[in-house]
Amino acid sequence: MKRRHALQWGFAALLGAASGPARLFAAPASGPRFLLVFLRGGYDSTNFLIPYSSDFYYESRPNIAIARPDSASTTGALALNADWALAPAVRETIGALYLQRQAAFIPFAGTDDLSRSHFETQDSIELGQPSASARNYRSGFLGRLAQTLGGTAPEPDPIAFTDALPLAFEGASTVPNLSLKNIGKPPFDERQARILNDMYAGHHLETAVRDGLDLRQEVAQKIAQEMLSASRSAVNTKGFELEAERMARLMRDKYRVGFVDVGGWDTHVGEGASQGPLAANLASLGRGLQVFAQTLGTEWNNTVVVVVSEFGRTFRENGNRGTDHGHGSVYWVLGGSVRGGTVAGEQRPVNRANLLQDRDFPVLNDYRAVLGGLFRSMWGLSAVQCDAVFAQVRPLDLKLV
Amino acid sequence: MDPHLPSTVPPPSQALILVGAALAVAWMLLAGGCANPGPKTPAHATAASLPVFHRQDLLWLERVSFGIDAESVGALHRLGRERYLDRQLRGPQAPFPAPLGAELANLVAARPDPERVLADLSAEYKRINAMPDGADKEQARKALNDEGNKLANQAIREELLRAVYAPSQLDEQMVWFWLNHFSVHQYKANLRWLVGDYVDRAIRPHALGHFKDLVLATLEHPAMLQYLDNNQNAVGHINENYARELMELHTLGVHGGYTQQDVQQLARVLTGVGISAVDPPKLKREWQNLYRRDGAFEFNPARHDFGDKLLLGRTIKGRGFDEVDEAVGLIVRQPACARFISRELARYFVADDPPARLVDRMTQTFMRSDGDIAQVLREMLLAPELDAALGGKFKDPMRFVVSSVRFAYDGRTISNTRPMLNWLNGLGEAPFGRATPDGYPLTELAWASSGQMSRRFEIARAIGSGSAGLFDGEDGTSPGGAGGFPQLSNRLYYEAVEPFLGAGARDALARANSQQEWNTFLLASPDFNYE
Repeated sequence: MKRRHALQWGFAALLGAASGPARLFAAPASGPRFLLVFLRGGYDSTNFLIPYSSDFYYESRPNIAIARPDSASTTGALALNADWALAPAVRETIGALYLQRQAAFIPFAGTDDLSRSHFETQDSIELGQPSASARNYRSGFLGRLAQTLGGTAPEPDPIAFTDALPLAFEGASTVPNLSLKNIGKPPFDERQARILNDMYAGHHLETAVRDGLDLRQEVAQKIAQEMLSASRSAVNTKGFELEAERMARLMRDKYRVGFVDVGGWDTHVGEGASQGPLAANLASLGRGLQVFAQTLGTEWNNTVVVVVSEFGRTFRENGNRGTDHGHGSVYWVLGGSVRGGTVAGEQRPVNRANLLQDRDFPVLNDYRAVLGGLFRSMWGLSAVQCDAVFAQVRPLDLKLV
Repeated sequence: MDPHLPSTVPPPSQALILVGAALAVAWMLLAGGCANPGPKTPAHATAASLPVFHRQDLLWLERVSFGIDAESVGALHRLGRERYLDRQLRGPQAPFPAPLGAELANLVAARPDPERVLADLSAEYKRINAMPDGADKEQARKALNDEGNKLANQAIREELLRAVYAPSQLDEQMVWFWLNHFSVHQYKANLRWLVGDYVDRAIRPHALGHFKDLVLATLEHPAMLQYLDNNQNAVGHINENYARELMELHTLGVHGGYTQQDVQQLARVLTGVGISAVDPPKLKREWQNLYRRDGAFEFNPARHDFGDKLLLGRTIKGRGFDEVDEAVGLIVRQPACARFISRELARYFVADDPPARLVDRMTQTFMRSDGDIAQVLREMLLAPELDAALGGKFKDPMRFVVSSVRFAYDGRTISNTRPMLNWLNGLGEAPFGRATPDGYPLTELAWASSGQMSRRFEIARAIGSGSAGLFDGEDGTSPGGAGGFPQLSNRLYYEAVEPFLGAGARDALARANSQQEWNTFLLASPDFNYE
């Protein structure tokens, strides 16, 4: 792996910060960027992309259905076409992107893993291996993507905006990770960092130690810059919005393949409808992704964001005005150059006969085929390269990028 | 402690020990001009008084405890592995050092009963909701919230103090392991008021007992019933959350041979299992004998599905709470359960990918003994496979933080556990802090990413650079004179750590500019982070 020199100029820039914010990274040659947003917990996609033409939806959710869109209302669900509407909670954010044709949704999306277990299904998606084969926990699909793109210009420069390295990035030779939720000053000076690095020379954690110390300095530096920047809006962003803004800064200037996860979607009890816990979580996510798009500036046109979750939830509400673990979900595809404004992929009428096991949405758009198709178009991957990322699957071309 | 050293190393030579002593002397000279006192060479750290420790024994001790301290090292030296282990497997025997023992006993005695807690909370919510909006209402809400935080923090304090100071270290590790296996999150519903009782009554009494008792104790505890929503599971209003996790996470494992059908059937078995803090409901005559109540735990026949169920191929006759006992018995006697639990134990104590033959033997022992946890542990902790794996296990944050405090403040009793909690929060493994029911992961893969390594070094620095308030009162008052940084270059260091240090750590320690930095490097070293 090539050694970054974050340390050296990191400190130089810290010392010289008063003389004005210097751009740390040369703006890279334009090229695709990709961010995977993983909603852990299985978000209730049926109350995000609402099948409002289905009476069965309203029968199945007497307490938590979201009202049909009303063209006179500017705050209710947003009709996308004759069958689907978007949750009111994201109307102003993701809805606005959809109207600008920068957002598309893929219902009936997911995996063939029918365990309906959070952990099992999250793992299988992150690994992205054929379900029939024995699992290799050292090989995730973003790791394989980074490997496949390695050595080409511009380098993929992967990064995970998480406390722990996600399984999805396993197998790449080096992927730095750092949650951007709480970042303080860098704790070590250059000499101390060198001693710590030397202590792990030849150890199997050598790269992790070096990447960790480097990235920590780099991000502390960027945030120092953020504070100094006079042009920064006075709005006090927080939570996922602040995180998303920082992610966008790092991805604008350097990193090209990113991963972040967002929790709190396991709504077994009292999930609410137009308002309530699910709506609040969706609203925060929508605002964050909007900030992400804005902060990227012109690089938003080179960026594709895909939002996934391990499974959808039961079509019917349960006994507690919530929903239990289901199967098919709705994925989102966002980006400045995405051919959006569409609900894409194979679909079926939403009725009882079309449910899987009389319980939840079937999967008609396999996640490996969907993501494989996106990657192929974004990076012009060959058939061999596609197979290296998602083995034994035919990439699905949804014509979104 | 370095995984790359050969697994058998001769006892420390005097030469090595003298190097260590010389280092410390050099230290004093270096630090002489500073305001902070340098490390003292302990008067007793002469070669003549040192017992001879085998590296393998010390590493073994690290596995069966939360880290070495002088007391445990001495006990192992006296007893040898097998007798030491048999004493540990008997659970708490020796008293805590005073006055800690009295304080812990008081904490447990003063802990309110869940039924009282739930009744009081319900009354308090009612009172607050009836208040007019305004500052008083906000004040009342805040007071209630503070009370919840205080109770959860007391439970955490107790867990951390026991982890550091309990003579029955193996029992404490098992309490942690089971708390993690049957994980609950303090910020769901009113769990902050209940987690202390959950440890006291559901986990701790069964930590070395029979697995089925442990499952039933968690099943009947209001913390678990609320955390996984079974208190909402009733006939006609099925909520299958707990039923699924009971099989997937607690007993059989995700590939344990059950189906979606089984999840739904078990959810039906569990209907009516919930909580109550009010008088028993008025019931039809034929249900009155079936009603069960133990504190806040309730089985309410009026909420139960009395139809027959087909679980794991066996028909369970609909008849009330006895179904639950039958279903749990059926589940924990599946070979899949014995294997899943054995494998989880071996992952925590032996290796991230434990040897199949060891797991096989543990599985056999589990089945033969009807889930006797102590017997399975004995099989595992005396196995040659464990010996072969010593030195290769990366400490998870709990082991890292607790072993640091045991080592750095050996013989001194801390008074404030808040800094430990802060460190655990920083490393992402706070007690009762896992939001999802799977518990914290047990393998290096989950804890040694680049971001986590730099965070761990930051925490190593925090621990090594000052007492961070460990000797303050719980209320934050500082008694004065108790501060300062720890002296990690202590007797235990020269006897049990220094002789086995790898070249990398030795080099880093030699380059330290202060005792604090020296401490930081030692705690950050691969030698300290593997066991």
